[in-house]
Amino acid sequence: MNITTFIIVSVIKTALVLFVLLTAVAYTVWLERKVVGHMQNRWGPTRVGPFGLLQPAADGIKFLFKEDLTPPHVYKPLYIAAPMLAVIFAVTSIAVIPFGNWFSVGNFRTPFQITDVNIGLLVVLGITSLGVYGVALSGWSSNSKYSLLGGLRASAQMVSYEIALGLSLVGVLILAGTFSLRGIVEAQAGHFWGFIPNWFIFRGGQFVAFFIYLTAAYAETNRIPFDLPEAETELVAGYHTEYSAMKFAMFFMAEYANMITVACLASLLFLGGWSGPLFGPSWLQQLLPLLWFFLRVFGFLFVYIWVRGTLPRFRYDQLMAFGWKFLLPLAIANLVVTALVVVLKP
Amino acid sequence: MPILKNIAAIAKGMSITFMEMFQPTTVENYPDGPGPLRGAKFQERYRGVHVLQRDENGLEKCVACFLCAANCPANCIYIEAAENTAENRISGAERYAKVYNIDYNRCIFCGYCVEACPTDAITHGHGFEIATFNATNLIYRKEQLLAARPAHLGANPVFNSAEVAGGAPAEVAPGE
Repeated sequence: MNITTFIIVSVIKTALVLFVLLTAVAYTVWLERKVVGHMQNRWGPTRVGPFGLLQPAADGIKFLFKEDLTPPHVYKPLYIAAPMLAVIFAVTSIAVIPFGNWFSVGNFRTPFQITDVNIGLLVVLGITSLGVYGVALSGWSSNSKYSLLGGLRASAQMVSYEIALGLSLVGVLILAGTFSLRGIVEAQAGHFWGFIPNWFIFRGGQFVAFFIYLTAAYAETNRIPFDLPEAETELVAGYHTEYSAMKFAMFFMAEYANMITVACLASLLFLGGWSGPLFGPSWLQQLLPLLWFFLRVFGFLFVYIWVRGTLPRFRYDQLMAFGWKFLLPLAIANLVVTALVVVLKP
Repeated sequence: MPILKNIAAIAKGMSITFMEMFQPTTVENYPDGPGPLRGAKFQERYRGVHVLQRDENGLEKCVACFLCAANCPANCIYIEAAENTAENRISGAERYAKVYNIDYNRCIFCGYCVEACPTDAITHGHGFEIATFNATNLIYRKEQLLAARPAHLGANPVFNSAEVAGGAPAEVAPGE
């Protein structure tokens, strides 16, 4: 592949992925409102379009045309940069996520992925870690008590839970023996005992790691029951109290894009990525993995929403105690057990 | 094991929310619902837009005694009284309300006018869709408040000659 085709293909893939991601973000918001609504015996959005399906578009237009108010007491450069940072890091991490196998037309062949990095998992973890800057800086630069407290809480929480999150993934890495997300998915191909898929969630105690990852991921994305940074009852809206219009929407987009990234990662690492039954003509066999992957991600997003509709918020000391005294030791224990299993297995 | 107990508690909570998702909603599906009320449901005692009632002969019950206007804490009722005559008989008593306006910009739907009315002429209906872009539309005239005349009195000569000649439209929809 020469450099021109490479650039053209990359640009097309990036645009496509960005479009799909942002649409998915918008419709995750719709899904959340609808599902939580029905869980609370309400209707959710019904007014804009059938089943309120055009609600995200209406919200987007409203956000764009709202007055973009900058409070006079903020530190402007960081106040403006913070939402951009949040959304940039949230969107960038999707670049190394593979959505499916290979796409080929004639002798042209490209992966369903913007770029296949052989340390993909590290890239995702690194970039999502940087996401804390958006939250922390917005909290600090807003120069308001609520924002500052929200930003502080968010930084402390994200740094604490990152450790458990990272450690829970090490077991998978030991089993797979690679950092490449594509490689990890390929390591989960096939079945054992004839019918159980060879996914990491079923192997070597990774079931525990899966739940550690899920819990830590909820904390990382500041979702209920770990949404203390934006606890409405205490902090108005936490770190984005002083933001309005599109800047506020950017924090929202970042939160939901992070949710989607986390869901993608969970599907790739624990649930066999895009594996699933393939049938039909060759073009269908190329596209079916996308569907299986989408279904897994959708399932994770639904669980996100389901948990939001069920669990109350932690108290802050409970949150810290849970992270440091329960999840972290559990993740380390899981890591040790996995290592022993791998070493002692003949 | 407290941990197992906690996990069981969370699982129970999750199952409850999941099952609730498939229950019918408690919230009314108001503008998209079936029927003329489009899904809205009322208690019988709901205090909506007023209705001026008629007696069994189709004559207006209001005798223009001004008690409703006197009782109104929002001062939103405006009445002009006139004498009934043999040719122009509107109500069953001596006087009738020539003009009966309720200003819904001011009305607080307290129901004091209904309580005060000695002839049970003014009542609260169930009309509630009175939102408008022009506040002057919220001043309802007697013709808008008056109950439709009973169907069996459609050919009543007193009713027809008197009221239509008195300037009222021949048919008025209830609660409008």
